[in-house]
Amino acid sequence: MVQLAAEGKENPLVPPWPELVIGLLAFVIVFGFLAKKLLPNINKVLDERREAIEGGIEKAEAAQTEAQSVLEQYKAQLAEARHEAARLRQEATEQGTALIQEMRAEGQRQREEIIAAGHAQIEADRKAAAHSLRQDVGKLATDLAGKLVGESLEDHARQSRTIDRFLGELEEKAEAVR
Amino acid sequence: MSADPTQVLAFDPSCHIFQSNGCGFEGPGLHSFLFEPLWGDTNGLYFNKPMLLALLGSIIIVGFFWAAFRKPKLVPGKFQMVAEAGYDFVRRGIVYETIGKKEGEKWVPLMVSIFFFVWMMNLWSIVPVAQFPVTSIIAYPAVLALVVYVIWMSLTFKRHGFVGGFKNLTGYDKSLGGVLPLVMTIEFFSNVLVRPFTHAVRLFANMFAGHTLLLLFTIASWYMLNGIGIAYSGVSFVMVIVMTGFELFIQAVQAYVFVLLACVFIQGAVAEHH
Repeated sequence: MVQLAAEGKENPLVPPWPELVIGLLAFVIVFGFLAKKLLPNINKVLDERREAIEGGIEKAEAAQTEAQSVLEQYKAQLAEARHEAARLRQEATEQGTALIQEMRAEGQRQREEIIAAGHAQIEADRKAAAHSLRQDVGKLATDLAGKLVGESLEDHARQSRTIDRFLGELEEKAEAVR
Repeated sequence: MSADPTQVLAFDPSCHIFQSNGCGFEGPGLHSFLFEPLWGDTNGLYFNKPMLLALLGSIIIVGFFWAAFRKPKLVPGKFQMVAEAGYDFVRRGIVYETIGKKEGEKWVPLMVSIFFFVWMMNLWSIVPVAQFPVTSIIAYPAVLALVVYVIWMSLTFKRHGFVGGFKNLTGYDKSLGGVLPLVMTIEFFSNVLVRPFTHAVRLFANMFAGHTLLLLFTIASWYMLNGIGIAYSGVSFVMVIVMTGFELFIQAVQAYVFVLLACVFIQGAVAEHH
């Protein structure tokens, strides 16, 4: 060991200076490129990437918030629409009921009107029939009586008075029977 | 031990066990770490294989990061992703963990450079044809340790002034009372003198030992490749494979430890003295 130390070149712990220089040079090459150019390069990109990711997250959060608010809005609108529909339905039902009621009342009224009109018509017809009947019966009776007594009872005034008197008696009899 | 400084191959390939030519087993030794210069003269300027590997390694690291980080993309490709993972490992896993994010940010480039430089130099150990860890030559770890040491010392005195820096380095603490001088002496010795030395030697010795082991089993595999020795050779070769895997692990660990220690030194310098 003493011998080795004395020889210098043989001692593995004594560095020869050309190797120190080359070692330093080699390291400086690496350090120079990495520190001056390449690592700042990648740092910039790493920062950009972080910002991009953070920006992306922020954007996503904003989008989510917006989506949430839009959803709320839609829900509110939907609820409102449902409410409105229910209200309309209710109204329509009420209106329908009222309409039916009204129509029923109208029908009732018309029916009664028609019945009343019918009654009046029947009454009028009866009266006209009775009147016509009376004339016809009077005429028949006069004709018959004329033929029987042989004399013309064509004197209208007399004839009419006699018939009326006769028919009046008949009606009175009918009234009395009824 | 034959100390032939010009030896290129780690052993004599013509020599086998059970041969009658009288040659014996030549184990690896210091001579395995000495290289005939590729250019120049060992007494003056010269250029040898470790130097070549060191420069080549630098170019590989720069090339790798150049390809990955020259035009980095927001959405990284596979290559950039791998480089980013390595970068992030040193930045978060070592620097932020020890020095802290605020103080540490400034030292990230240095630590990343040291980490990948050391790792690459270690990796040469198992790269075919190269097969020599540059860091098993003391000059390379020494240079790195020196860089860290200079930064550490200047930072200490810049932060705390001369007296404060001295107190920081010697672990000055009034409450120690009588033993304070002794503690300060030990701390000064440990911090200022021993630390840089052990910092460099830890890496150097690990790689030196690792390479020696690999050589030992490799040479033995070849040497015993004769007659019945083939069985032993097989065992030895299995060990070569195992040790290569182990070295791969140790190389990364040593790079990690080297950078971790550098960070701890700097953290000590920027920290308020306790």
